[in-house]
Amino acid sequence: MGWVNAIIQGILTGGLYALFACGLSLMFGVMKLVNLAHGDLATVAAYIGIGVIAVIHIPFLWSVPIVVAIMAALGYVLQRSLFQSAINRGELTTLIVTFGLSIVIENALLQFFTANSRGIGTGSSLISSSFSIGAGLQIAWLDVVIFALAVVVLLSLQYFLSSSKYGRLIRAVADDREAAQLAGADYRHVFGIAAALAFCTVALAGIAYGMTTVVSPTTGTDTILLFAFAAVVIGGLGSLWGTLVGGIVLGVAQQIGAQINISYELLAGYIVFLAVLVIRPQGLTTRRSQS
Amino acid sequence: MSVTTDATVRSEEKIKVTRSRRNVAWTGLGAIVVVVVLALFPYIVYSGTTAIMVQGLIVLTIASMWNLLAGYAGLVSVGQQAFFGLGAYFVLIPAMHGLSPFLSLPIATVGAGVAAFPLWWLVSRLRLGYFAIATWVLAEAVALFIEQIQSIGGGTGMPLPGFAGMDPKLLAAYTYWAALVVAVLAIAAVYFLLRSRLGLVLTAIRDDETAARTSGVKVGLARLLVFVVAAAGCGAAGGVLAIDQLQVVPGTSGGVFSVQWTAIMAFATIIGGLGTIEGPILGTAVYMILEQTLQSYNAWYLIILGLVAIGIALFARRGLWGLVDDRFNIRLFPVGYYLWSPGERRRRPGRQAEGTAGVAG
Repeated sequence: MGWVNAIIQGILTGGLYALFACGLSLMFGVMKLVNLAHGDLATVAAYIGIGVIAVIHIPFLWSVPIVVAIMAALGYVLQRSLFQSAINRGELTTLIVTFGLSIVIENALLQFFTANSRGIGTGSSLISSSFSIGAGLQIAWLDVVIFALAVVVLLSLQYFLSSSKYGRLIRAVADDREAAQLAGADYRHVFGIAAALAFCTVALAGIAYGMTTVVSPTTGTDTILLFAFAAVVIGGLGSLWGTLVGGIVLGVAQQIGAQINISYELLAGYIVFLAVLVIRPQGLTTRRSQS
Repeated sequence: MSVTTDATVRSEEKIKVTRSRRNVAWTGLGAIVVVVVLALFPYIVYSGTTAIMVQGLIVLTIASMWNLLAGYAGLVSVGQQAFFGLGAYFVLIPAMHGLSPFLSLPIATVGAGVAAFPLWWLVSRLRLGYFAIATWVLAEAVALFIEQIQSIGGGTGMPLPGFAGMDPKLLAAYTYWAALVVAVLAIAAVYFLLRSRLGLVLTAIRDDETAARTSGVKVGLARLLVFVVAAAGCGAAGGVLAIDQLQVVPGTSGGVFSVQWTAIMAFATIIGGLGTIEGPILGTAVYMILEQTLQSYNAWYLIILGLVAIGIALFARRGLWGLVDDRFNIRLFPVGYYLWSPGERRRRPGRQAEGTAGVAG
């Protein structure tokens, strides 16, 4: 029974990992920006969530839109200022700037909030409750909710990018910046909007992570960024559904590893990641079309 | 490609090509004097000073390695802490079997270099951003793997044996000399590598990878060589850290596998000047000054260092050494070529930078 449980838990955790990966994937797809501060920004979102609940004493659910709005604004501002100037100067500068940002955020969190881990207090009984399917299989409602959230976020992103007017504009700018510029689109603003959108998913990822477990200043790099990246690589670049598959594979691998020995949890995930990197570098879901 | 240009130029016997506008013999002599003076430090300064300098030399070594990777080969690795940590373990493991930790430093160097081969095989296909995160994931995986081995301390680490009964002052002096030797060898290795054919190859790749590839440059091989050398250098530095701290603590936050090591090497390099040998030296000095003045404020020095590095990456891409170079037009470690215009003489006053061929600036 332990194995079935591990697989089910792994699938559900995979939703969370896909949520981590959304923003990373989107920023890379649109602006060709590999954001090494991605995980730390998600951690910042979780800390903002904790702060908002603690300071203005609102119910948890009300804090979510506030955090998402703050992060979206931050995303737009960061893209228009720091990220855009880095992109203008080439990919090497982008990496240096986002890596610098990552270390700055991590240490700033350490400085202001200490190394202690914190969780987001939801104050709702739904979150801590679970339901049982068959003998010995307990599934937490929270995990189901987060998985559903990830699917909804991926679906809406997919729909937004492929079918809405603004989504098409974003894709046009991503494909050919100059041509879109000639057609009257201000690519900087479009990039800003895309970043704001990506940061919305980053905010949700941070909050979701803070709800399922606890966040600490190093969570951003040693968990969120690396898991997000592993999910993207396993699933295949540039495919949102691939990201979900990648997240699920990573989650299942980790849970199976943990089932063998609790200390193998993370290692098992990375081994699968490395195996995919060697055997199928294009990812599990994408076909070998372009090199 | 550049080699042939060089040869044609020489065959015409009209234009002189040298490594530098100035006579480098003086710089070389200066470098030797500096190293000798540094080697005498344990006799002339307090051991507290040499202890700080050991840290500085470790940072200098790893920064020079990161500079070779990112500045010359375009490989932005965020996983150098893997080799740094492995180096520390390659000193610890022989020491547990009775070998002197100082004698283990070559083992750490070679061991980390050898470990770079399989890891390179995993990441060699990736470029820039994905290379950066993939090396980070690899470093994390290496750390997790090492932490599984209980006989070398598992997740908690181990004290370094082998120095029982040794005079602490003597140990401090030996540690300092070991750190100095490692740092000097690292810089010398980078300098001579870049003066060799590899330097030309890397410059060709940096300027136009496709053109270099079609001209028969073995791009993959050049990058592999740089990756291995950088891993070996980081391994040696990690070994020195193990001797300096008299223990090896793993762990990705605070231990030898912490990404902060890569942050330090990257920031020091960027602040000093990416893509120059002088840059990491200057950057290490800045790093040490910041670290020493702000050390009572916990994490602040890394925050400030990160902000300065971001600022420099955006607004002064060639770093502090770039500013020095712009003003005085000097290179202590000339690895490029200087093209003399016909009739031009050495030590002509004024800035004649327009005549610089600048093969490898």
